[in-house]
Amino acid sequence: MLENYLPILIFLGIAALVGLVLMGLGFLFGRGEKDAEKLSAYECGFEPFEDTRMKFDVRYYLVAILFIIFDLEIAFLFPWAVSLDLVGGFGLVAMGIFLAVLVVGFIYEWKKGALEWD
Amino acid sequence: MFQAILFYTFAAVLIGAAMGVIFSRNPVHAVMFLVLAFFQSSLLWLLAEAEFLAIVLILVYVGAVMVLFLFVVMMIDINVERVQGGLVRYAPLGLVIAGLMVVELVQLIWARSRFEVATGGFAATPEGYSNTEALGAILYTEHVYAFEIAAVILLLAIVAAISLTMRKREGLKVQNITSQVAARAKDRVRVVKMEAEKRQ
Repeated sequence: MLENYLPILIFLGIAALVGLVLMGLGFLFGRGEKDAEKLSAYECGFEPFEDTRMKFDVRYYLVAILFIIFDLEIAFLFPWAVSLDLVGGFGLVAMGIFLAVLVVGFIYEWKKGALEWD
Repeated sequence: MFQAILFYTFAAVLIGAAMGVIFSRNPVHAVMFLVLAFFQSSLLWLLAEAEFLAIVLILVYVGAVMVLFLFVVMMIDINVERVQGGLVRYAPLGLVIAGLMVVELVQLIWARSRFEVATGGFAATPEGYSNTEALGAILYTEHVYAFEIAAVILLLAIVAAISLTMRKREGLKVQNITSQVAARAKDRVRVVKMEAEKRQ
């Protein structure tokens, strides 16, 4: 089974090599002259308005957590789809109940307006 | 042999990344090290031929959970100087947890070496064996109760997330696209016919 994943291993090796070579070239041939202007934040020619480490709106968190929940739902669907002829009608009903429970949550968040940005 | 080399390489990078999570001064760098740690543990699972778990670890943890972690890290006011310190305060708790984990690991290894005959270790998987299919075959039949409970927990997570973070902001001016599209000129402009007034 593992030999199917050999391309991924080769890809990992190439990616590591490219990353190391590029960084190494920069380290070898870069002159490394640093001054205050070069290291300061560059923002399209004007001074930065505020600190980059500003607080995020909590609404991004809501979007992210709703995404995770439905991501997990999809993760449950994959082995079900692969083993559908093994689990038969029972598995079909089980997945039906699973999806129905999550559709209740989906309707709740839709009606509650959690999918609206404002 | 080749697999053993791969295992030790990935395990070494995993331990290095885990150290990076703990010792990074910048919380965002710590989250990035955690992403690397997840990738390495996914590769370890792949070596143990648990391909579904390996792919789901990347899909769910790297793709979604780490995004959430980054949001949470960015939502709190990151002041690198203020985050530091507190090592002495949290050291006893950390030592207790680390000690517990060491005890559990030793117990596990001890039990393995003692009951190795009973479990037989890892059996070589036959040709054409699909980990995903084997997982699905028992997840939706034998463990269907736990599977449905997972749905209820996800539902609970939806409700909890919405009730914790949903804010209706007052006095917000929003477009009503339906009424904009439905507007007709005769509703907005009134043409008034009137007699011409006499010149004064």
